[in-house]
Amino acid sequence: MTSSVLQYIIEAQAKYSRCIDDDRLEEWPSLFHGPCLYRITTASNYREGLEAGIVFANSRGMLIDRVSALREANIYERQTYRHILGQPSILSEDGAKVRSETSFLVARILQDGDTSIYATGRYFDVYEIADRSAQLQERTVVCDSSRIDTLLALPL
Amino acid sequence: MNKIVLPPERANLVNWPEGLTRVPYWVFQDQSVYAEEQRKIFQGPNWHYLALEVELAEPGDFLTAHIGDTPVIVTRDTDNEIYAFENRCAHRGALICLESRGKHRKDFSCVYHAWNYDPQGNLTGVAFKDGIKGKGGMPDSFKMEQHGPRKLRIAIIHGLIFGSFSEDVPSIEEYLGEEILNRIERVLGGRTPVVLGRFTQVLPNNWKLYMENVKDSYHASILHLFFTTFELNRLSMKGGIIVDESGGHHVSYSAIDREAEKDVDYAKQQLRSESEYKLADPSLLESFDEYRDGCTLQILSVFPSFVLQQIQNAIAVRQIVPRAVDRTDLNWTYLGFSDDAPEQRLTRIKQGNLVGPAGYISMEDGCVGGFVQRGVAGASDDHAVLEMGGADANSSESRVTEASVRGFWKAYRANMGL
Repeated sequence: MTSSVLQYIIEAQAKYSRCIDDDRLEEWPSLFHGPCLYRITTASNYREGLEAGIVFANSRGMLIDRVSALREANIYERQTYRHILGQPSILSEDGAKVRSETSFLVARILQDGDTSIYATGRYFDVYEIADRSAQLQERTVVCDSSRIDTLLALPL
Repeated sequence: MNKIVLPPERANLVNWPEGLTRVPYWVFQDQSVYAEEQRKIFQGPNWHYLALEVELAEPGDFLTAHIGDTPVIVTRDTDNEIYAFENRCAHRGALICLESRGKHRKDFSCVYHAWNYDPQGNLTGVAFKDGIKGKGGMPDSFKMEQHGPRKLRIAIIHGLIFGSFSEDVPSIEEYLGEEILNRIERVLGGRTPVVLGRFTQVLPNNWKLYMENVKDSYHASILHLFFTTFELNRLSMKGGIIVDESGGHHVSYSAIDREAEKDVDYAKQQLRSESEYKLADPSLLESFDEYRDGCTLQILSVFPSFVLQQIQNAIAVRQIVPRAVDRTDLNWTYLGFSDDAPEQRLTRIKQGNLVGPAGYISMEDGCVGGFVQRGVAGASDDHAVLEMGGADANSSESRVTEASVRGFWKAYRANMGL
């Protein structure tokens, strides 16, 4: 592993977190490449190999629809996230394809200022290293808890 | 000068308004009502969903669940029968089982003093029962067979396990009635379900506000834009509601009606639901005609705490567990079936986006109960108005009605003696 691979992944993950936390959701689908696989599940479902997600997308169109539904269709109280990420661990490297695991903590801030730890967990990512950057192909968000408070609107 | 109007005195809790069209808000707020519900409804003569039979496929399989506040253990014993008993040691009341599910279990031992139970809930061992070296131990008058956690009655219907603490509860067939049974059979009859995922949504509201929401066919196409725009469910579609005789169980269903597509009633209402919203990837809504009846949606509820959902090919069961006056756990179990082809399974996984805590058409149901809970905070003595579609709690071809919500309150009041 080259230290630049790790650096590329750190940069990609920082960009991803800022995109959501800064409420630039319209840019979020463009952070995915190739199969655009995105899934949110729980640690117990992940451990048991259960397929369904709280959110599941396998095309860029489905990611775009998630954002437009949040903007135009769904009703929920205004809220923002603050992502705090751990250091990524490289799980495997196969040519340009790199798999990593990164822990996260997401605080949710509601419009009245109420702030709580909304989710903790791990990102299981697949990147392709190209053009001196790590391009996100797949992200499986594994939440530590099976309990979701009220609803899940913004992506993790 | 404005006259200062103080809120009225605390309501008399038995003073429920006449008829089924008014619901006093104290019923969502009062601690003593909550405690009474535990006794009269959750431990009373009702059937409560516990698990799917496939979740306890083999002898030795077990899981823990709740009926209202009460923890229970559900098992499959070596005789291949399903059993359930209270998860409470007969000795000092500690939980007997701390795990959520597991396999190959021959007995359950309380961690506190190692009182031991078989998978049917019989007390089979008491540590140091005969004392040590002739000293201590239990008196001769202590008989193990006279002690044990409460056992539940069990009924299994199309792979759904229901339990009841009551000896007086009617058979599950009688409890549900033929119409509700037929609609459960339509979704699950003769099929082997496969669990695709389990999620718990923590709702910031009283459990009854969620049950009202499930039974409320009036809100579906107004609050949920996704439903309406993509013709998953318009009130002008073919369909209707079924309310059983008790009022407590209901089915709301809808089917595609091409004739109604030109319907102008919606446009006239200027509802938020009429937007130009389009999907970038419409494959989300490509479904297969699983039931060969054109029915795109069937929501079925069983009093007090169970929901069976078919929304296109997204099949799920939902279990409602009250946790406090203003807090409810909603346990989702997403289902497929053992004979799903891979592309059918993928369809179900994709349509999982419609439901659950992040569901395009169920997200709002997670927060709207909280909006009511917060909205009525200072209005215990005021009441909700349920007059849409009349004052009765009968089946109807129109879904522009609150008949099944009124039905819930009819059954609730009968249970509570209100």
